[in-house]
Amino acid sequence: MPAPTPFHARTLPLNTSLLYKEWAGCYAPKRYDIYVDREYYALRHQATVMDASPLYKYELTGPDAAALLARVMVRGFEKFAVGRVGYVCWCDEHGKVVDDGTVTRLAPQHFRMTSADPAQGWLARQTRGLDVKIEDSSRTLCALALQGPRSREVLRALVGGAIDGVKFFRALETRLPGQGGAPLWITRTGYTGDLGYELWVTNEHALALWDALLEAGAPQGLMPMGLDALDVARVEAGFLLGGVDYTSARRALIERQKSTPYELGFGWMVDLERGPFQGREALAREKSLGPRRSFVGLEIDWEDYERIHERFALPPHLATETSREGVPLYRGARQVGYATSRTFSPLLKKYLGLATLESEYAAPGSELEIEVTCEYERHRARVRVRELPFYDPERKKA
Amino acid sequence: MAQQYDAIVVGGGHNGLVCAAYLSKAGRKVLVLERRHVLGGAAVSEQVFPGFTFSVCSYVVSLLRPWIIRELELPRFGLEMIPLEASFLPLPDGDSLCRWSDPELTRKEVARFSPKDAETLGEFAVAMSKMGRFAKPVIDAPAPDPGSLHPLQIMELLRLGKHFSSAPVDELELRLKLFSMSAVDFLDEWFESPVLKAPMSVSGIIGTFLGVRSPGTAYVLLHHYMGEIDGAFRSWGFSKGGTGGVSNAIAAAARHFGAEIRTEAPVQRILLEGGAARGVVLQNGDELRARTVVSGCDPRRTFLGLVGKEHLPDEFAADVARFKYRGSSGKVNLALDRMPEFACRPGNGPHLRGDIAIAPSIDYLEKAHDEAKYGDFSSRPYLNIVIPSTVDPSVAPPGKHVMSCFVQYAPYHIKEGPAHWPERREAFGDAVVDTLAEYIPNIRELILHRQVLSPWDLEQEFGLSEGNIFHGELTLEQLSFLRPAAGWSRYRTPVPDLWLAGSGAHPGGGIMGAPGALCAKTMLASGALR
Repeated sequence: MPAPTPFHARTLPLNTSLLYKEWAGCYAPKRYDIYVDREYYALRHQATVMDASPLYKYELTGPDAAALLARVMVRGFEKFAVGRVGYVCWCDEHGKVVDDGTVTRLAPQHFRMTSADPAQGWLARQTRGLDVKIEDSSRTLCALALQGPRSREVLRALVGGAIDGVKFFRALETRLPGQGGAPLWITRTGYTGDLGYELWVTNEHALALWDALLEAGAPQGLMPMGLDALDVARVEAGFLLGGVDYTSARRALIERQKSTPYELGFGWMVDLERGPFQGREALAREKSLGPRRSFVGLEIDWEDYERIHERFALPPHLATETSREGVPLYRGARQVGYATSRTFSPLLKKYLGLATLESEYAAPGSELEIEVTCEYERHRARVRVRELPFYDPERKKA
Repeated sequence: MAQQYDAIVVGGGHNGLVCAAYLSKAGRKVLVLERRHVLGGAAVSEQVFPGFTFSVCSYVVSLLRPWIIRELELPRFGLEMIPLEASFLPLPDGDSLCRWSDPELTRKEVARFSPKDAETLGEFAVAMSKMGRFAKPVIDAPAPDPGSLHPLQIMELLRLGKHFSSAPVDELELRLKLFSMSAVDFLDEWFESPVLKAPMSVSGIIGTFLGVRSPGTAYVLLHHYMGEIDGAFRSWGFSKGGTGGVSNAIAAAARHFGAEIRTEAPVQRILLEGGAARGVVLQNGDELRARTVVSGCDPRRTFLGLVGKEHLPDEFAADVARFKYRGSSGKVNLALDRMPEFACRPGNGPHLRGDIAIAPSIDYLEKAHDEAKYGDFSSRPYLNIVIPSTVDPSVAPPGKHVMSCFVQYAPYHIKEGPAHWPERREAFGDAVVDTLAEYIPNIRELILHRQVLSPWDLEQEFGLSEGNIFHGELTLEQLSFLRPAAGWSRYRTPVPDLWLAGSGAHPGGGIMGAPGALCAKTMLASGALR
């Protein structure tokens, strides 16, 4: 049975739909209301708060904390100033991606790392000869994702003007308001492609944080948001999801299910010009040969989609949540890839997808076909490869 | 020699801007001239009172075509839409009805008044969605031309004919009824509860001088289900920052594609040479020349104002003069100190995050029409209210709100004569506030600022002839191949190289963008700008 997160006492009465997902062993609201659009639009126009506590979190401390990361991760963090956050993936020795997450330097000898899957064992295996302590804070530290164009105003009301100095992918260590307020870490990170922050406190202060945040957010229209709206936003932002858009090398049953960082569009993270790290030789080889597959954005031709439905005298129909069902992509008779996430963007009025393609078909503008099932019959609609992200508002980094 | 353009667009309303964006996207050199200091025409946001942004005229975005949003990439240029969540109907007896996006919730609300109607609602939605599917290809393409012998036109008529005749008999019957009946008669065939029928019937009268019992008002019910057809793509919504946000996004797209846009550049007349449009003369005397001129103004202003009757064929001039405007609505915009509370459903709930109708009964609506027939504004008018600050905090200071009231009936032709509207304006505003006070008892204490716009003001300030919000009534005899005149529905005009891109062209008004886009597409396909 999933466990409640420290925010459960507050989110349960708000979750009128009673729809939950299991996320890393925890209850996670899918949507607070049957009608999901409200949460989506609140995210893009106001501000939303999502319980992100189920994320796995690890505290890496000691003189060799940076050295451990240098050994495990595809990029190094030793040059990161205190208060800087990095997005990163890590690989097995064959250069196949195991997981992705963020690393924040909280102090010269303290890094906090997040991951989608448990990672303590993976990290521990690689500590030989290093003076570093790995502590699992997954269930002692909780997190709220505060996202949306008004999130900065909300935080200004909560912690004051200090928030204005926090740049994209930077962290702020502060305290909850009031006498003896608990330590609060704020990172300007998120999974929505919008302006946004993540707030971290130890579990015992969870409800104090929730209450203070909701009060500060009320004038800005702050609303709680579940995973369904997030899943639409992350596709618009072009963020892939482990377990949906790629399979971890630790979970893959066969070789073809695994991916390299270059295949997933994580090539920009990989720093080969440094000391040895897990998967480096394989990645150097992959880089020189070029990846066989590429991760791309897709736009499904709406007129084609309408036409397929029109044959049955039906209006086009799409679910309001992101589909995670894999669908084949064709060039002529040949299957050249597959779409892993598909969603209709309420903002862009476009039917979008994230896909893996044979690299020769992956250039932006490349035209393919996608399988569309209508009235239990298989049809095909045209799709075009698009650059990611689909939606990239200036405020995200401003 | 003044600068040469491929097209000069007169009027920076949303349709003129859409047309300019499409023409510039196709590589044409375009200039847009707007009389006011701000773009958008009737789709405009202005800070009438410090800190409060009003959608001064148009207040919701109805049916803005998704293909226009996609093709012009409007979200990239700042378009942000927020769907309406509910339709709330407060009643004077302390009861209320709220229709939600969630059909189950709506069913429960309606069942309190009639369990039978609650059950019929689903059936009605299916029937109307089937009808809406036929309406959609009509509004997304230029009107057919039944008088033409051009093979393409005949093909198009056949296609539409097939589309229409392929339907089962019950659908054909339904269609005939929709096109001929009054909204009330049509709804009577489906529903029994007046509490449900009254707010549903008003969609048939908005922007017309008809009453809910006037024949021909039923078909507008379709428009509401066309939003549903677009499915998850619900097109009824607020635009962030007010409806001017839509216009600003379109203008930004147009500029991105290379269009030049000037404000405070009123056009005095369209420059004619050998009977053809060759540019415009500004009020300051400047002459600007172009290969084509596109008017975003309404047909009366365009043809009888900017061109002049003497330059038009007699029959066409007569048709244009006959085209019905007779504006019937006004607007009251309020800046509020805090959230208003309705006595029948207190609190700041989701019922306030959509549109709110003051339409307690069919007789109430019919009485409101009666007063207008004889030249008075309704003492208890139909109101369509939105409080966009509930979902878009950017339009008011924290904790404060803007309330927009669309008011019908406010006849342009009051018995004293239209020019006497300024003397009656505040009395009209009082009637609206008095009406509101019957539902929100303390409304008067909340009002920080009140802006009242009569149909006469809409004409003077926004150039809407007789204050008609749709550039001419959206009644059946003024639609499709009859809009704005028989034989001239396809954006061309009897004046060579003068085109019509505003709501006075097919498919009509509302922040739809279709006339502007279809005009541009027709111009480009016609070879006029080759």
